[in-house]
Amino acid sequence: MKKRKQNQSAQIDAQRRRERRRMRRQDFAQSLCFLSPSLLGVGVFFIIPFGVVVYYSLIDGVGSKNFIGIQNFVRLFQNSAFLMAARNTLHFSVIAVPLAVVLAIVLALMLEARIPMKSQFRTFFLSPMMVPVASVVLIWQVLFNYNGTINEFLMLFGTDKIDWLQSDYCQWVVMILFLWKNLGYNMILFMAGLANIPKELLEVADVEGASETYKFFEIKLRYLSPTVLFVTILSLINSFKVFREVYLLSGDYPYEKLYMLQHFMNNTFRSLDYQKLSAAAVVMAVVMVVLIALLFKVEDWFGKDVEG
Amino acid sequence: MRKKRYFSRGVMFLLCLVFAVLFLLPTVLTITNSFMSEAEIKANYGMIFDTTTGGYVSKTVNLKFIPDKVTLSQYITGLIKSPDYLLKLWNSILLVVPIVLLQVAVASVAAYSFTRWRGKIRSGIFFFYVILMLMPYQVTLVPNYLVSSWLGILNTRWSIILPGMFAPFSVFLLTKFMRRIPYSLIEAAKVDGAGEWDIFTKICLPECRSALYSIAILVFIDYWNMVEQPLILLQDADAQPLSVFLSQINKGEIGLAFAMATVYMIPSLLLFLHGEEYLVEGIANSGSVKG
Repeated sequence: MKKRKQNQSAQIDAQRRRERRRMRRQDFAQSLCFLSPSLLGVGVFFIIPFGVVVYYSLIDGVGSKNFIGIQNFVRLFQNSAFLMAARNTLHFSVIAVPLAVVLAIVLALMLEARIPMKSQFRTFFLSPMMVPVASVVLIWQVLFNYNGTINEFLMLFGTDKIDWLQSDYCQWVVMILFLWKNLGYNMILFMAGLANIPKELLEVADVEGASETYKFFEIKLRYLSPTVLFVTILSLINSFKVFREVYLLSGDYPYEKLYMLQHFMNNTFRSLDYQKLSAAAVVMAVVMVVLIALLFKVEDWFGKDVEG
Repeated sequence: MRKKRYFSRGVMFLLCLVFAVLFLLPTVLTITNSFMSEAEIKANYGMIFDTTTGGYVSKTVNLKFIPDKVTLSQYITGLIKSPDYLLKLWNSILLVVPIVLLQVAVASVAAYSFTRWRGKIRSGIFFFYVILMLMPYQVTLVPNYLVSSWLGILNTRWSIILPGMFAPFSVFLLTKFMRRIPYSLIEAAKVDGAGEWDIFTKICLPECRSALYSIAILVFIDYWNMVEQPLILLQDADAQPLSVFLSQINKGEIGLAFAMATVYMIPSLLLFLHGEEYLVEGIANSGSVKG
């Protein structure tokens, strides 16, 4: 009798398990149905070709099956143009990205303080997103040309003219352009982050007489840390995108300091050196993934006590 | 104490004002300069851009906001006399509109899948999408080119539309919006016997209507100003969008460039002014990579 009951309950259990497994399989199938268009496209347009790029970076010529290991990479790192482009890009990003983060926080904090015309300011700061690249480039030329407006202005103070795009100042010209274009977007992200900070916390701090600096560093910044992470990554990517403007400002072979990774990629692309190109793409992808992972780690460590 | 606060607020306001003027400057310049005649443009910026001789060319550059004489001549040249610009504008539309619609369509289905079912594999895939989204164009350029040449779509619009259609950005953003739909809503529909497709079309999509709109605006603005992709994938000049053509405009036709840039700005400007709240919400929600 008892045994039969046991048997029965075991049977029911098994049935339930089967049912659950069936459900899970059905769920999986359904989720795959919804995901498949996107997955298929991503596979065809990004994953498979990137696999081929990795493959190209390891062989000694398109069509050959000769694996030469890391030789293409060695060649790449001995290439002076690549090294220069990498150095310039690094130099640019190391300065531009932190500026893009810090200035955006400052803007967001300013708009957070109750000043008049807040929403108008927000619109104004976002407006650079709309301006076509071409007219940005035209205006930058008018401003920073040797005979341009900025130099005219400098001459009023008796300073010498600067050849902005043909001197070591050139990265600053591009940096200003980069900041002008991206600060608004970053600022919105920080404003959203600031709005998520629990109000009670700041009220308590006010009651206890905490200073503005304390409130900023000990409360706001901690809650903003995921946003800081994201804006950093985003600005990093956008700092690569600034090539578009650099290219239009100064052509294929600009002043040495402005020769960025994209110039290298573009020029290599034109000479159809797939091995070099693939190796460079793989190096960039690896660097990006490492950087992103690193930023995640930093954020984990920095914001661990406010999450969860 | 209170006085001090008013003072600091005043300083902040002034600072914002300065920033705002600097930020608006290029936009305003583009628009006002588009109403100048070619002669006036030459007189102001001839120093930099003029390649021809003759006529009055000033020795210095004159940054000028208000035209001496407002004229529509640049617009007439660009829009009526030479069909080239209109053709390129049409090209832009033919590229960007399908990208926006298709990307949002593909993304909404995928986002539903990421929202509705979770598991190790799927969160792995999602994370992969995030990484892919964060890859700079320099990395995806070569793969893009390779696929286009395999599929034989190089130098056709599809070489830009198809990769754009599957760009993971919208999937990422839309998933974050959809995850905010209360689960009880979906559960209730399920109890009522609705299938997944019904839940998707009758509950999910209407619930994130504003999200769809904000993503569409973001994607539109991004692709409307693209330059690199068409330069490499669309070598046929007749098929290139106005964004590329504008950037290659003859140095002697600066006035025309300003006018056409203004025309080109109109769609994004309208979208922006009409949907600023949505746009801001869209940006704000792209704000963290996790969760």
